[in-house]
Amino acid sequence: MDTNMVEPNIREKVAFIPIDEIDVARPSLFQKDTVGLFFERLRREEPVHYCRESYVGPYWSITKFDDIMAVDTNHKVFSSEAKLGGIAIEDMHSAKSALELEMFIAMDPPKHNQQRKAVTGAVAPSNLLLLEPTIRERACQILDDLPVGEDIDWVDKVSVELTTMTLATLFDFPWEERRKLTRWSDVTTAAPETGIVASYEARRAELIECAMYFKGLWEQRINAEPKNDLISMMAHSPATRDMPFLEFLGNLLLLIVGGNDTTRNSISGGVLALNQNPDAYLKLNNDPGLITSMVPEIIRWQTPLTHMRRTALQDWEIGGKKIRKGDKVVMWYLSGNRDETVIDRADEFIIDRKNPRHHLSFGYGIHRCMGNRLAELQLRIIWEEIHKRFAKIEVTGEPERLFSNLVRGITKLPVRLHAR
Amino acid sequence: MVKVTFVSSDGTRRAVDIAEGETAREAALFNDVPGIDGDCGGVCACATCHVFVDPAWIDKVGRLAEGAAEADLLQFAEGANEYSRLACQIPIEPLMEGLILHVPEQQY
Repeated sequence: MDTNMVEPNIREKVAFIPIDEIDVARPSLFQKDTVGLFFERLRREEPVHYCRESYVGPYWSITKFDDIMAVDTNHKVFSSEAKLGGIAIEDMHSAKSALELEMFIAMDPPKHNQQRKAVTGAVAPSNLLLLEPTIRERACQILDDLPVGEDIDWVDKVSVELTTMTLATLFDFPWEERRKLTRWSDVTTAAPETGIVASYEARRAELIECAMYFKGLWEQRINAEPKNDLISMMAHSPATRDMPFLEFLGNLLLLIVGGNDTTRNSISGGVLALNQNPDAYLKLNNDPGLITSMVPEIIRWQTPLTHMRRTALQDWEIGGKKIRKGDKVVMWYLSGNRDETVIDRADEFIIDRKNPRHHLSFGYGIHRCMGNRLAELQLRIIWEEIHKRFAKIEVTGEPERLFSNLVRGITKLPVRLHAR
Repeated sequence: MVKVTFVSSDGTRRAVDIAEGETAREAALFNDVPGIDGDCGGVCACATCHVFVDPAWIDKVGRLAEGAAEADLLQFAEGANEYSRLACQIPIEPLMEGLILHVPEQQY
């Protein structure tokens, strides 16, 4: 976030609130984009911080880069298991979530490893080489259809559209119905407070509809020759073909959410960042070769998933604090990505950084983002094609942000395009 | 100094000198050898410094230890085989003079 734009009285409030009372789980802090001020203080004064009371119960915040790395790579002590609460600050199997979806992101080895291996090929570099021309062609189409000089919503017209098209390509999903994927992705991570679903019951009903739809696709693919799309791969792979249905659905939704929300918000976040940093925009226009290093910088800057959560399987010490068995431990990637002790000028958006991929947005260790190369590919393609067409994407109004402590989302970004 | 040669997937060979005690990851990064990313900073957390040790050298370098963090990560790397290692986990020793490491087409 651009801390210079925050009103001074908020800065004061953050500076004087007793440290014990800081609760960074409140989704409104992310919607207002003021959470960075709290993280800044925690990193300085209490980098491993315990919040006793919050709407998600007590939890530890890990806010510094190296401590986050230590937790993320220690999966033997810090579990992702859904039954213990899973991977988000809000427990996965709370009464609220209603559907007991099983996803490998919320499993420990050995099951995690088997399931991840079964699907990883779809987004591995060699398969991406095959997908690149299709993704580029679709990106070009999206950009060519945009009106120059008019106010449009970049989120809806470009960010959502491109990531949805990519997902539909990966799944070989019926083309005309591809926005269903967007909807299901939003619904999977939604709470009623977001306005995306009316209630948890309504959310459940939509997920069941999604389940039925995919069941149909699964049946179609399992009775056909194996192909390179994800559903076919899962239907034919020995590691996944006998998967219980809720597990199949969970893993599909994982790939949809993983590939949708995240890249969508990085596409929007990049436009915003360049507008907030006109010097960087000028530099980019003079040297489009910088797109290669700008892409990971955008992903760091945006940090589309603010955190991942673990549950301690035994007592463990981090940063001088004693974490107890069973405690909820939240790795705030958004904070670690602003850690000055590891990232030089961490509060600045620098498109020609020396080590731009040294960031936490993809996580580290065995749960590291499987789609990280696909995310970078989409961003690289869209920026290459934007550069060919537009001199500037000018942000013309205030962005709107998502009410969520997990997905760092931009829901609306009014822009006007200037032709090259 | 110890001489290490990196062979790209297109066959290009790059011989570099690296101080004893540094790792093969540093040997690549300090000398701008393409194809080694090393995103995590060399702490065995990301698998983007994947190399294939030349079969003639595998006994001197050592194979992947089963159950180690390095093996946990490499199991998801594309094209990993019995000669796969993470360059950050190969500290360079004098007996490795002339070591040959093959760089995969792309890191994942």
